[in-house]
Amino acid sequence: MMMEQSPLALLPELCLLAGAVATLLAGSFLPRQRQWVARLIAVTALLAAAVSAALAFPGGRSRDFGPPAETVFGAFVLDTATGVTRLVVVAAVLLVIGLGVDELAGTARESETYALLLLGGLGAIVLAATDDLLVLAVAFLLASIPVYALVGMVRSPGAAEAALKTYLLGALSGILLLLGATVLSGIAGGTAYVDLATGLAAAPAAAVAVGALAVLAGLLFEAGGVPLHQWVPDATQGAGTAAAAFLTTVPKVGALVAAARLVDVLPGALSWPLLVGLLAAATMTLANLAALAQTDARRLLGWSTVSQVGYLLMPVAVVTSTSAATPALLVYLAGYAVTNLTAFAVLAAVPGARSLTDFRGLARQRPWLAAALGISLLSLVGTPPTAVFLGKLTVFTAAWDGGLAWLVVVAALNTLVSLFYYLRWLVEAFRPGEPAPTAGWAHGAALAGALGVLAVGLGAGLVTALTGDGTLG
Amino acid sequence: MLSSIIFLPLVAAALLAVLRVPDRVARWTWIAVTTADLALVGVLIARYETPADGGLAFEERARWIPSVNSSWHVGVDGLSVPLLALTAVVFCACAVYGLREDRRPRQHAALFLALQTTCLGLFAAQDLIVFFLFFDLSIVGMYAAIAGWGHGREAGRSALQFFLYTFLGSLALLLGFIGLYLAADPHTFDIPELIAAAPLQDHPVAGGFVLAALLVGLAVKTPTIPFHTWLPPAHTDASAIGSAVLAAVLLKMGTYGFVRIAMPALPDAWRGAAWVVLAVGIASVLYGALVALAQTDVKRMIAYTSINHMGYVVMAVGAAGLLGGGTAARELAVTGAVTQMVSHGLLTGALFLLAGVLHDRTGSYAMRDYGGLARTAPLWSGLFAVAAFGSLGIPAFSGFIAEFQVFAGSIGTTAWAAIALPGILITAALFLRALQLLVTGLPGGRSISFSDVRAVEAVPVTGLLLLSLAIGVLPWLLLDLITPASAVLVDLVGR
Repeated sequence: MMMEQSPLALLPELCLLAGAVATLLAGSFLPRQRQWVARLIAVTALLAAAVSAALAFPGGRSRDFGPPAETVFGAFVLDTATGVTRLVVVAAVLLVIGLGVDELAGTARESETYALLLLGGLGAIVLAATDDLLVLAVAFLLASIPVYALVGMVRSPGAAEAALKTYLLGALSGILLLLGATVLSGIAGGTAYVDLATGLAAAPAAAVAVGALAVLAGLLFEAGGVPLHQWVPDATQGAGTAAAAFLTTVPKVGALVAAARLVDVLPGALSWPLLVGLLAAATMTLANLAALAQTDARRLLGWSTVSQVGYLLMPVAVVTSTSAATPALLVYLAGYAVTNLTAFAVLAAVPGARSLTDFRGLARQRPWLAAALGISLLSLVGTPPTAVFLGKLTVFTAAWDGGLAWLVVVAALNTLVSLFYYLRWLVEAFRPGEPAPTAGWAHGAALAGALGVLAVGLGAGLVTALTGDGTLG
Repeated sequence: MLSSIIFLPLVAAALLAVLRVPDRVARWTWIAVTTADLALVGVLIARYETPADGGLAFEERARWIPSVNSSWHVGVDGLSVPLLALTAVVFCACAVYGLREDRRPRQHAALFLALQTTCLGLFAAQDLIVFFLFFDLSIVGMYAAIAGWGHGREAGRSALQFFLYTFLGSLALLLGFIGLYLAADPHTFDIPELIAAAPLQDHPVAGGFVLAALLVGLAVKTPTIPFHTWLPPAHTDASAIGSAVLAAVLLKMGTYGFVRIAMPALPDAWRGAAWVVLAVGIASVLYGALVALAQTDVKRMIAYTSINHMGYVVMAVGAAGLLGGGTAARELAVTGAVTQMVSHGLLTGALFLLAGVLHDRTGSYAMRDYGGLARTAPLWSGLFAVAAFGSLGIPAFSGFIAEFQVFAGSIGTTAWAAIALPGILITAALFLRALQLLVTGLPGGRSISFSDVRAVEAVPVTGLLLLSLAIGVLPWLLLDLITPASAVLVDLVGR
């Protein structure tokens, strides 16, 4: 492994950080009507991050020559997983801003929201890229504190309750993560994952289990997986649409890649594939059953995102046993991000609609928006040729290949259950009725997202080529 | 050429969905595109020569997802050409019948054109992911057709039941496909490669599980008992065209999956499960016929005869897995099965379109509401009588050719297949009863002032019946296509 100390290797992250600071400063000095300048700064920073991340993408380089992965400052891995995470997070934040413009423009805390989105995205990337427990703990805070603030940004009783719930659960998970990190580094004699891999092999299994479970608990909170998922539906329902879109997408990307990196180095004394597999099964089953009864579109999507974490935990479970796991995880994350954001863009485009029945008449009045909703919901079900189908195909294959065929059957049955509630929403959109007025930017974001969903599914060859045959660096 | 046949309807569908053309233009575009596609399929058949050593004709392959060895791979052989032709014919007939559709005709035409692409694509697919893609999309399309243009009060509910049920089937199918993919070395989703490798040949347990997943997936779609419960409500609440497409084309996807994937890729497991398949087929034949006999609603009756007719196909492919009989008998059974798929498509398509005329005039499918239609609607009665006799297997129609081969082949393999023979008798009884209730006697109830079929209704039905007659009179036209492919298939199953 090559050690590099050039800050330029972290250019995408620096762009986000500088962008967040500049957005905040600019926002403080700009009058309320000209906050679009702050938005412009944020978008510029994101575009710069996207370009630098694309240029630094390790795919071509690592395959042709040189080591498979580099580590910067001994704690930040530059491998395919990091490269894909950077691109997905940056694209996701861009889409969040796109779908949130109508909602945020002219509000009292517009520039602060953009700054928080950038910081949360930065936290997610660091979370995904680090291979050091201490940096993981810092990244956890960087990824979760903006989320607390974003949830509480709307001054409504629901948002206040959701923010408190998120904060309390997050504080608890953060403490658990720190505790776990302490235990693991104590027994392994170091905080870097390289040290964990060697140091934990001979350590008592019980101590390793306690430490690793505590760290995983923190990551499960961040991803919104069972048993630390309770904040997700509340926050999704209570927060503003842009904040909800962000918190159900970006932190998950970071947390799940981080979980894969951690599980990858844990010793085999305890059956981690089985344990994570059980967590995956519990997450998807519980969330799907809970989603069945929902009548509020936001809450339904909130539970839906929890159930998707269940499928996303499948490749994490088999990350040690098959080389197909990491590419599958990355493909699913990319597909999930664009699909979920498209669904939220539809929500943002019809700001007045809360319950499922409020979407009646959408197909008649706004056929394109209804088409975008249809594409995103069918993708969440996993219908080909959409993005999540590609994810499900690769994830199911990886899980089966990794020896968890039972989990694949559970996931297939869960997919069937999920069809029921996604379809319930879609059917309402095609019923006659008087739909609420729509918003322009979010409408465009929904269409762009829907095109993205189809592009990922149809351009599957390109997407899988990007995620490569990647093993974690 | 094959890809253009598959995607021509989809392109037209996209244009119709986007451009706000007048209804009249949309209706005629639909007819024009389906006719053009039918003509292209005609050219394909004219240029088709049975490929040597069980290969594929008109093969096309393009990169798609190389990391999992899945590609856009299409091609045809004697098993798929008849079904491609059937698809093009049925959709063309439905387009003509659809001239009378006055509920959102533009979207209606676009939906059915898109559905046609999924059907054509499925029958040409030579890659499991491509197959699955079209299998799933056909479910979505049919769901939209039932929910959006169905006419029952419960249309939404029936459509949901259809979606959930067949989606369960497609998930089982996906699991089976993943199993096949992982078993092959190197991993691949390519159907010819999987057939050549027969990857689970020496793994009876894994092979059994994978085949079980495939069987459940395909049996739901076919449907066989006990997975048939979605079919009658779906048919009752679908429009005439929706029912015709569902019965004539979509049901074939299940049985086509047997002969295209399950049998040749898992020969060992298939032979092991052959008795089960045979038994399920016989049970479907008898059960479908008996329940159809008890129906008072003409559309439900036709729906249950579909279960009966598809039961013959399942019975025949089951018999083809029993090595006891001679090769010739098993080949005959497979040829009969494929012939039956085509025959059922033509005849049941015609029957559902005719049932649609009843609903169009009076809003009722109840047989007791009618009587004496021969006097008020002689043309309708004549067409219905021909379709009914054809469907019950009278010689000179395709149904006879198909069922004769199915029984000759199956009984030639195992005498147990003779248990299904009463199915023919019951089917004859129920069609005669339906004719008696609807057509004969004095006009009463809703038959009075019933206006006879119009040209747009009579033409497509007549076309379908004439094709069935042509196959019945000149069976070699079809059998020359199928026979070499069934010989190859029987060889593969016997490995």
